[in-house]
Amino acid sequence: MYFDSFKAMLVMDGHGAYVWAAYGLTLLVLSLVLAAPGRRRRRLLRELRGELRRQARHGTKEAAYASGS
Amino acid sequence: MSAAPGALAFVGRLLRRQLTLALRRPVAVLNPLLFFAMVVALFPLGLGPAPDRLAAFAPGILWIIALLANLLSAEMLFRSDFEDGSLEQLLLSPQPLYLSVLAYVLAHWLLTGVLLAAIAPLFAVMLNLPVAALPALVGSLLLGTGVLSFVGSIGASLTVGLRRGGMLIALLVLPFYMPVLIFGAGAVEGALAGLPVAPYLAILGALFSFAAALGPFAIGAGLRISIDA
Amino acid sequence: MWSFFHKLGSPPWLYRIAGVLLRWLLPVSLLALGTGLIWGLLFTAPDFRQGNSYRIIYIHVPAAVVALAGYYVMALAGAVSLIWKMKVADIAMKATAPVGAALTFIALVTGSIWGKPTWGTWWVWDARITSMLILLFLYLGVIALYEAYDNKAAAGRACAVLSLVGTVNIPIIYKSVDWWYSLHQPASIKFTGESTIDPTMLYPLLLSIIAFYGVFTCALLGNMRAEILARETRTGWVRRLAGGEV
Repeated sequence: MYFDSFKAMLVMDGHGAYVWAAYGLTLLVLSLVLAAPGRRRRRLLRELRGELRRQARHGTKEAAYASGS
Repeated sequence: MSAAPGALAFVGRLLRRQLTLALRRPVAVLNPLLFFAMVVALFPLGLGPAPDRLAAFAPGILWIIALLANLLSAEMLFRSDFEDGSLEQLLLSPQPLYLSVLAYVLAHWLLTGVLLAAIAPLFAVMLNLPVAALPALVGSLLLGTGVLSFVGSIGASLTVGLRRGGMLIALLVLPFYMPVLIFGAGAVEGALAGLPVAPYLAILGALFSFAAALGPFAIGAGLRISIDA
Repeated sequence: MWSFFHKLGSPPWLYRIAGVLLRWLLPVSLLALGTGLIWGLLFTAPDFRQGNSYRIIYIHVPAAVVALAGYYVMALAGAVSLIWKMKVADIAMKATAPVGAALTFIALVTGSIWGKPTWGTWWVWDARITSMLILLFLYLGVIALYEAYDNKAAAGRACAVLSLVGTVNIPIIYKSVDWWYSLHQPASIKFTGESTIDPTMLYPLLLSIIAFYGVFTCALLGNMRAEILARETRTGWVRRLAGGEV
């Protein structure tokens, strides 16, 4: 480890704010980018599940009609 | 019924058609020039009337306005032919699409770029640009607006089927306008600094040939997509 | 070989295989990212000229490299979908655009933050930053075009054409911006000499670049899976999937 202490690591000779801000922002954006598809996928599945459940409640005949089969 | 014309004769007719249609409404042809004049008038109001400052900014100002005038007119390039169905007829005709598209772009260039280049010296003098830089301005505008017409037509072909195409075409096309702006304004600045202008014009000419060689393929593909959609 | 191409056209297979890939690639990428960043952040010596602020290089350069590569990936996928009408390619192209835009955004913001201690201003119209800004515009243009079309099949083809035009233009844009900058470069912010990077600084940088490629691929695969689901909601296998995941 290059830095002597935790404080030195945070301050980085006055550049700490810039460095940590840049890293924090990057990690934030990356985690958003990585999490977005999973959230979209789960939302789609949840909506579909709700639709299927509604169809099941309204009886099999209507469900067959709604799904077009 | 006469036989179908040869490809070149067809391009000639298409070009003449475009020009005739445009000249029937002369005010529409003058619109980009009027736009040019008005935006030129905005700059002294925004930057202050100091002649030397205006002269320093003049190459960039003139080039950016020419670019915007070109962009605004490019949007309308295929619009009416798309709406009345003649564009679809053109795509169905046995004529090579590459050449037909070339006729459209050429007409656009003649009606905006060449006219703008012809009238630009007047506004350049109003912005206090030294007379020595005028040939570079006209030459770079002549070649550069040709590239702009090709690139703008690509954007126009992709957005012609969309109801709200106006802002979108600017977003699509402006990044591709940037190299032309750099070399075009660079040519005028070079002339101001007493440097030879030929290299700039050579680069613009190279961009022009490149755009003329590849652009029509992209425009043709874009038109097909817009017609299919 | 042909059966592989055949399978590529099958959404359920693609959905499943992307999930399997994601399951091992995501941890590996995150591990590489963590190692590369902590290595660069804490275990390298500061640059003798820029001090500690240079540590931003370990995110700025990888983001910029992968953002540019991402545009080519997008254009390549677009070309494949235009020529061979492969659905996978169309899905991949659509999935790339937001990831590439996000990486370009990271490169721009970190570059800007880096500029403050180095040049004293948040924004300098330097060749590299300006090129990144134009790249962001190119990405956003593709996204805007896709959203503008109601017919999504046409949207895909239009974006493919646009991204191919962009690919042809990117070298021209980059060269012209380089040239423009060398002409107008203010003397105060000129870095003299090509600094040869020290190996102790290079290794974490390389690791970090690889990690960014991994993260990019993971986001791409995830987006593709979501997009496949969105396009296939009416089919039996998605309905079974939704029913099974209660």
